[in-house]
Amino acid sequence: MRLALREAFMGFQRAPLLSALSILTIGFSLFAFGLFGLVALNIRNAVQQVEERVEIRAFLTDGTPVEAAAAAVGDVGSFPEVLKAEFVSKEQALVLARRELKEFREEFDASVLPASIDVRLKDGYRDPRTVSAVAARLRAYPFVDEVRYGDDWVEKVYRLRTIATVAGIALGLAFASVAVIIIGTTIRMTVLSRAREIAIMRMVGATDGFIRSPFLIEGFVKGILGGLMALLLTWAAHQLISSQLIETQFFAPRLAGLGVAAGALIGALGSALSVGRHLRDV
Amino acid sequence: MTEPKAPGIIRFANVSKEYPRTGTALAGISLEVAKGEFVFLTGPSGSGKSTLLKMIYLEERPSRGDVKVSGVLASAAHGADVARLRRKLGIVFQDFRLLEDRTAEHNVSFALEVIGTPRAAIGPKVARALAQVGLASKAGSLPRELSGGEQQRVAIARALVNDPFVLIADEPTGNLDDRATRGIFQLLRDINAAGTAVVMATHNLDLIRRSGLRTIELNRGQLVFDSAAEARPVEDDA
Repeated sequence: MRLALREAFMGFQRAPLLSALSILTIGFSLFAFGLFGLVALNIRNAVQQVEERVEIRAFLTDGTPVEAAAAAVGDVGSFPEVLKAEFVSKEQALVLARRELKEFREEFDASVLPASIDVRLKDGYRDPRTVSAVAARLRAYPFVDEVRYGDDWVEKVYRLRTIATVAGIALGLAFASVAVIIIGTTIRMTVLSRAREIAIMRMVGATDGFIRSPFLIEGFVKGILGGLMALLLTWAAHQLISSQLIETQFFAPRLAGLGVAAGALIGALGSALSVGRHLRDV
Repeated sequence: MTEPKAPGIIRFANVSKEYPRTGTALAGISLEVAKGEFVFLTGPSGSGKSTLLKMIYLEERPSRGDVKVSGVLASAAHGADVARLRRKLGIVFQDFRLLEDRTAEHNVSFALEVIGTPRAAIGPKVARALAQVGLASKAGSLPRELSGGEQQRVAIARALVNDPFVLIADEPTGNLDDRATRGIFQLLRDINAAGTAVVMATHNLDLIRRSGLRTIELNRGQLVFDSAAEARPVEDDA
């Protein structure tokens, strides 16, 4: 292990330019991937925020007994799709309306606004079909006068989310593959630059596992350094966009850590594969 | 000369090697090298000398027939067996194959380090090997600071440092002038005299003629002459 560490370190020392180049390559490939991830993350957050507003409101006929409404709230609240069902009395509706529509605060009168049951759906149940199905069930209560949920709007948000998800996965895979290919090529260059050393190791009877280990360490370290560089660049880009264009969200620390770990993994794995192929070929 | 009945450490039994593109490299080779023997391998370029040597250190496997080296059968050997066998062989090439950025001493110690030799044992072994090839005073020199003959001595020291039972030399003097050639050849003779078998591929007929050692000649992949067979028939009991 100590020898493998020393050989890995010597690899950096002997070919500083090539090592720096491969770290830069790994860094920039992961940076491109990180930028894409940043965009995907923010689109997803935006869609989610809009989606969370999906609300079904069932207006009740005047004079509906409070007990009947409360029973319905309990009922609806136990639907598997429903996150929360809430009774809003005429008075509460008035307070809300006055708060939300300040310009008209004097116009509202408790008698104008109907009481309602407001329903929020669980994440994953906000697709148009579920929304309209729940709406239909609400409509079945005799004391429900009208159900509103902005069907048009729900449909659009849902489609946007589907497109964003599919495009995200496709682009993400493309970016990741490009990163892996570029990183693999860089590592292959390192391996080829040390072909003689590898040949000598084999000649004197070093095992393939032993030959691989310094490259594995080297690839791992390069991956971490490249990953950190990509993280720094992505963070800088995020700062720039947030200050100049629009407020964006950055990766959670755990996700950022995962990104750097992925860099290390790609580095180590790419090296292992590259050396493995080299050992098979020669 | 060698004892006729000494046990064979290298045995080729009807070995052929064919490459998909270039065709036959070796055809029906049977031979045996005894413990402590010195064997010249000669023949024109492309006659199969290097392929035959590669089969001894299991870099190539036979297409037909089998090779047995120190009890290891080529047809049954896996990665770890190959590595283990090579630790008991010494290999030397025409182009030395030294690491240019390491001193003579480090080139030799590298061979021990990568097979996991305990640290404390490495220093004395390296010093002994360098002394054996007459390079004790140049341990700290880089390959480019050494002459061709000296570089080949470093390569031989690296091959010897693990006390091999056989030294395989593929044209070890091919890049050297006459004087250096004589020096390297004498060194190989000394190594052989100390008990290590030597199989040396060479074009240098002068060297062969003057030495009177066992000579195997290949031509187009076939064994066309074996001076040992002239003296005694090759027993086909492999």
